[in-house]
Amino acid sequence: MTKKQFTGAQMVVKALAALDVKYIFGYPGGTVLDIYDALFQQTDVEHILVRHEQAATHMADGFARATGEVGVVLATSGPGATNCITGIATAYMDSIPMVVLSGQVPTTLIGDDAFQETDIVGCSRPIVKHSFNCRVVEDIPNIIAKAFYIASTGRPGPVVIELPKDLLMPTSLGEFHIETDVKMRSYNPSIKGHPKQIKKAVKAMTTAKKLIVYSGGGVIIANASGLLTKLVEKLDAPITNTLMGLGGISGTHKNYIGMLGMHGSVEANKTMANADVILALGARFDDRVTNNVKKFCPDAKIIHVDIDPTSISKTINAHIPVVGLLEVVLQQLLDELAATDFEPNKEERAQWWQEINHWRGLNRVGYVQEGEQIKPQRVIEAMYKITQGEAYVCSDVGQHQMFAAQYYPFAKPRQWINSGGLGTMGFGLPAAMGVKLAFPESHVICITGDGSIQMNIQELSTCLQYNLPVVIISLNNRSLGMVRQWQDMVYGGRHSSSYMESLPDFVKLAESYGHVGMQINHLDELEDKLTEAFAIKNRLVFVDVLVDENEHVYPMQIRLGAIDDMWIKKGVKA
Amino acid sequence: MRRILAVLLENEPGSLSRIVGLFSQRAFNIESLTVAPTEDPSLSRITIATRGDDRVLEQIVKQVNKLIDVIKITDLTERSHVERELLLIKVLAMNDKSRTEVKRITDIFRGSIIDIGKQVYTIQLTGDAEKLNAFVTTLANETEIIESVRSGCVGIARGEKALRV
Repeated sequence: MTKKQFTGAQMVVKALAALDVKYIFGYPGGTVLDIYDALFQQTDVEHILVRHEQAATHMADGFARATGEVGVVLATSGPGATNCITGIATAYMDSIPMVVLSGQVPTTLIGDDAFQETDIVGCSRPIVKHSFNCRVVEDIPNIIAKAFYIASTGRPGPVVIELPKDLLMPTSLGEFHIETDVKMRSYNPSIKGHPKQIKKAVKAMTTAKKLIVYSGGGVIIANASGLLTKLVEKLDAPITNTLMGLGGISGTHKNYIGMLGMHGSVEANKTMANADVILALGARFDDRVTNNVKKFCPDAKIIHVDIDPTSISKTINAHIPVVGLLEVVLQQLLDELAATDFEPNKEERAQWWQEINHWRGLNRVGYVQEGEQIKPQRVIEAMYKITQGEAYVCSDVGQHQMFAAQYYPFAKPRQWINSGGLGTMGFGLPAAMGVKLAFPESHVICITGDGSIQMNIQELSTCLQYNLPVVIISLNNRSLGMVRQWQDMVYGGRHSSSYMESLPDFVKLAESYGHVGMQINHLDELEDKLTEAFAIKNRLVFVDVLVDENEHVYPMQIRLGAIDDMWIKKGVKA
Repeated sequence: MRRILAVLLENEPGSLSRIVGLFSQRAFNIESLTVAPTEDPSLSRITIATRGDDRVLEQIVKQVNKLIDVIKITDLTERSHVERELLLIKVLAMNDKSRTEVKRITDIFRGSIIDIGKQVYTIQLTGDAEKLNAFVTTLANETEIIESVRSGCVGIARGEKALRV
């Protein structure tokens, strides 16, 4: 008896089902029609039809960030695949597990500049963790299994699979075999930190007088926030989070001193600058944190824990490198600490905290609500109050992103979803849709601005189709705020192309897509109307909040300065 | 500092382009790169000659190692090793005098004349980069170089040390 034969398209769908994929985000087209036909004839995997492939990648990305699972994208060859590029790069920069299935022209036509042919593996090479070309139909299931394994282990990232049409069609059949327990001789990410390095790290931590913990997105990815909190409490150390690491420890924890970096808090950047030991956990000392690397924390001994060896000593030299999974290394550090009977020296810690509290007093990320116009920061504070700090906040890119990061203290990991590395405008709405799909009962906010929202506004239509009632809060300042801020501060106030002269009526726009539109223009109606918006559970609400267009994001690092060289308001240095 | 890196990687379509792409993407220098399958056809071996300070070199090694297809990478220049490169060079050899001189130089460098045309000699020479450079310079003083090609260097560690799966 011969075994049952399948088309490549059927194998794709069967493999996804075998890997427990519930949702796949995509858009059909010529080369993937067989996959769409196979999807049509089963119920294990639900396909979400977006309006633009870029949104499919961000939606899969948002889903992945909120759940920790792999986000899956399906796109046709040529323009379908190239439209995914921005989303792939976004996931790559933030280490998000994603698998992108791209159609390709039949193998007989590859290289002929056939209709809708693009070398997507070539196009995406610098922005993927890995990629696969399929050339034999029976290989498809195991390539997909490998792609999931690579995407989700070690330092996660996007993986692209190119599927030529002739392998998917009924003309090529094969048996279905899948090995979900993947082993590869060339890829074995390290797990445990080297015991010697752990000992060294603990020694440095316990003998430090001015210790700071600096944690990033790695903690979120590793689901290690419980261990991180334990460690911080045991050490009684101040802790700062990167933009990607927000929620790694509760934003209201007594040891938490705010985000660091370009728009970080004064106390976080000052504490970094004055520390004698920095414990970096799943963070990568990128330029938006360090400012001028030559002036970066010259007196600090740096312990750097990361799963990716390339992140260590890339921009800042690490004195004690530790390569390993954070959830494992944090446990190792805690065990070693317990073995040494360490108690922080109360006097030294008290002195250190006294210094830090002094910096805290200098400026707790400040703004003043004065005049008629609503300050954007005020909107975030209202949003926090109404959702009791429990919403998923999915951000676009710009001033609103920084305000949200500063004024919405995140209680839990995975609650804050933003494009930190690539800074992709247009990310917020589709990402929020992916989160809402995963957690339909939770408040899911898309915090955005009049610039960013228009970069993927077409997805309002997808929201209607799949009933994804996210709350869009647009801080509308009639301009590209962050660009304008730089123009004010660096380019002599010349607002070159940062002014939006022809904005749509967002209320009507939302309504025309079948949603609820609202505008808030006065401070005294802010909380009431926002409360009203959040009370509408079964429909998407687009809240267009007209805010002060002259507001800048402060604090802000001074270019080429040290980490703590900052403006704390217009013309005032910290 | 000049370094020679030996890389063992899966012999898969696209794995070479990942290495080359990585070097250009991260602005690393490549002086030469050679690649060929090994006695195990599932494996390719690449030798990369590169330059950079210690920090850049450390990044190069780590970044190459991070590529999924790469099984192992080693810096041959860290310890005792053998380095060889092949040169094929075509020079003008019009008359007795120049023919004799070219032959003499070739013998001194332990090269061999592998083809003769009406007016040209084609010479093969192996050695390290420095030897090849010296040979080319010497020849250029004596006659006209028509064409030359170099393989880029390959290398292997001395003694028991081996790069294998």
